[in-house]
Amino acid sequence: MNSSLIVSVSPHYHKQGATTRRVMGDVLIALIPALIASVIIFGFRSLLLVAISAANCVLLEFVWNKLFKKEQTVADLSAVVTGVLIAYNVPVTMPVWQLLIGDFIAVIIVKMLFGGLGCNFVNPALVGRLAMMLSFTESMTDYLHTVTAPGVDLLAGATPLAANGLDMSSFMTLFLGNHGGVLGETCALALLIGGVYLVVRGVIKVTIPVCFIASTFVFTFLFNGFDATTAFLNLFSGGLMLGAIFMATDYVTSPLTTKGRVIFALGCGFLTSAIRVFANSAEGVSFAVLLMNLLVPYINEGCRTKPVGGVKA
Amino acid sequence: MSRKNLNGVHIPHRKNTAGMQAIKMPPPATVTIPMSMHIGKSANCIVAVGDHVNVGQMIGEPGGFVSSPVFASVSGTVKKIVPMLQFMGAVCQAVVIESDGKMTVADTVKAPEITDYASFINAVRDSGVVGLGGATFPTAVKLDVKDTSRIQEIIINGAECEGYITSDHRTMLDRTDEVVEGCRLLEKWLDVKKIIIAIEDNKLDCIEKMKAATANDEHVEVRALPCMYPQGGEKVLIYHTTGKIMPEGKLPIDVGSVVMNVTSVATLAHYCTTGMPLVEKCITVDGSAIKEPKNVIAPIGTACREVIDSAGGFACEPKKLVMGGPMMGVAQYDLDAPVAKGTSAILAFNEKDARPVAPSACIRCGGCIDHCPMKLMPVEIERAYEKNDAEALKALKVGLCIECGCCAFQCPAHRPLVQVNKLSKTLVRDYDNRMKTLKEAGK
Repeated sequence: MNSSLIVSVSPHYHKQGATTRRVMGDVLIALIPALIASVIIFGFRSLLLVAISAANCVLLEFVWNKLFKKEQTVADLSAVVTGVLIAYNVPVTMPVWQLLIGDFIAVIIVKMLFGGLGCNFVNPALVGRLAMMLSFTESMTDYLHTVTAPGVDLLAGATPLAANGLDMSSFMTLFLGNHGGVLGETCALALLIGGVYLVVRGVIKVTIPVCFIASTFVFTFLFNGFDATTAFLNLFSGGLMLGAIFMATDYVTSPLTTKGRVIFALGCGFLTSAIRVFANSAEGVSFAVLLMNLLVPYINEGCRTKPVGGVKA
Repeated sequence: MSRKNLNGVHIPHRKNTAGMQAIKMPPPATVTIPMSMHIGKSANCIVAVGDHVNVGQMIGEPGGFVSSPVFASVSGTVKKIVPMLQFMGAVCQAVVIESDGKMTVADTVKAPEITDYASFINAVRDSGVVGLGGATFPTAVKLDVKDTSRIQEIIINGAECEGYITSDHRTMLDRTDEVVEGCRLLEKWLDVKKIIIAIEDNKLDCIEKMKAATANDEHVEVRALPCMYPQGGEKVLIYHTTGKIMPEGKLPIDVGSVVMNVTSVATLAHYCTTGMPLVEKCITVDGSAIKEPKNVIAPIGTACREVIDSAGGFACEPKKLVMGGPMMGVAQYDLDAPVAKGTSAILAFNEKDARPVAPSACIRCGGCIDHCPMKLMPVEIERAYEKNDAEALKALKVGLCIECGCCAFQCPAHRPLVQVNKLSKTLVRDYDNRMKTLKEAGK
């Protein structure tokens, strides 16, 4: 008998490179264009904020695991993704200590307290953003607009959405993100590039972003009295692109099946439009995704797959 | 046809041995032949220690209806009869034969006389053929459908969708005539008007050769299927060739189909023409710990180690030995595990490939659902299993799982999903039994 043989249940193959770290790494790569855009639009402080936030999230998770003698999980890179996303949700003028509090709420309270990766029922980065928004409203809405183009220095102003969608910004300004807002949300082009990368790499399916964005257009169009221009501009303003591509597609807090994802994304689009139009708040996307996150267990329950050959009991 | 194919995965093929004709290994010094190499009742040993046996002589007779006879694969003397632990946990008897090296053929080996359906079924039983793709269901039981009009078509499975394995590939190339003869026998005695030989389209040489060989037979169709895993899974193959869905708890014959492995068909034809039952197998020897990948024809009962040695030996110390393919094969705990009827490959892996990866937390990506050919939800099954919730597992239809391994293959968190599904099936079975007992006690 040879006892040095390893015995395990099949399969004895594993898909090359299919790891959680690879998934998270791909998300980080997809976030790079938006980072470049924010450095161009808002200057180097944005890079600093992103780096601090990411490092802080990793540190928080590391310390938590050490403190409670848990298996170290920081290598899966999910904390980095959370950190980057939180930084993308603050304006460039955000005081660092406030950002650190946002990180703490996201990583410790939302993620680790509920059991770590895979167990949080809402998106950590979104709760981090909303907590900062409610606690530090002033600094969170300080939409300073720095333009690196020669001749223009500093320009303070509301995001096009906060100005009721009637800002003079042309479509191109919105599309390229050359306007006030939080770090990662302004440049729709960069976010779309990231989204295409994620789809090509098979990390996300187009279902959620497409349904989310399309339904936001439809509902805003309806709620705004059939104003197609406003509805269209709405798509490129606020956090819709960031939310639809990077927040709503978070595996843990989105449904498991395509049918469930469609319902989830339509709900996100509906709530975003309703909040934007009727609540007169710029927080549409955050609250919409958060509310739909809470419904995910019920959506999963109702949208199970139909097994091939399954007979009703 | 606009029918959407079932889901699956693309696995690395690594069919290194596809171009290599099988080499017959010299008879080993001893063989250990288990009495149970099939699904169903173990065969009853009918030889005693000291008996002289010849190649093709029956040493185990069927132990029931769902069973299969076992034959001596070498000529020589029965040295001992030992209990043997099988991978499912059951113990069966195994006959150890010391070879005299002569490979004398038994005088019982003569072509059977087939005159009607009943004598054909008897011949199938006497051939010792079982599902040679690895399922090892006795072929005679499968074909014993009483009323042959129930069979709408026979699907001959030459998909060979697993990695590494090329033994069916070689059967189609090297034993084409026997496959064709097998088709003819099935047509004649089972009165079948439609035979589909299903081959994955990565084996163009097989498709061409089989097409040419069956060109004169209007009842036989060679069907090229897209290359995906698990194309050769019975339920998947039936759906992809005929569009029929097998309902849970039913057999292929309930939807009018019979699926037979291509090597089973060839072996059956071999028996019907020569009278030599199933005593040897073409085996693909491959894997990262193997020096020279090869196809070897080995007598049943030969120790894996000897098969590998005859193929050129190990390249390094093997850390994992798998019988069958990398997706569904069974890891062995002993290098001397004997080749059985259903063994189509022996794979030996080095330390790097064998080292288990620790599972991490499920990130609920839903990949296991997207890739399940049966459209099950492994992620939810795992949750239900952890809660010991048999009712939930039944609602999730875990019983439909074909254990193909697609879910675990692609899982970024390396969750042991196949293991959980297997355990879940046991949990459901125990629960059902308990409920039945309770119900009966209540009456």
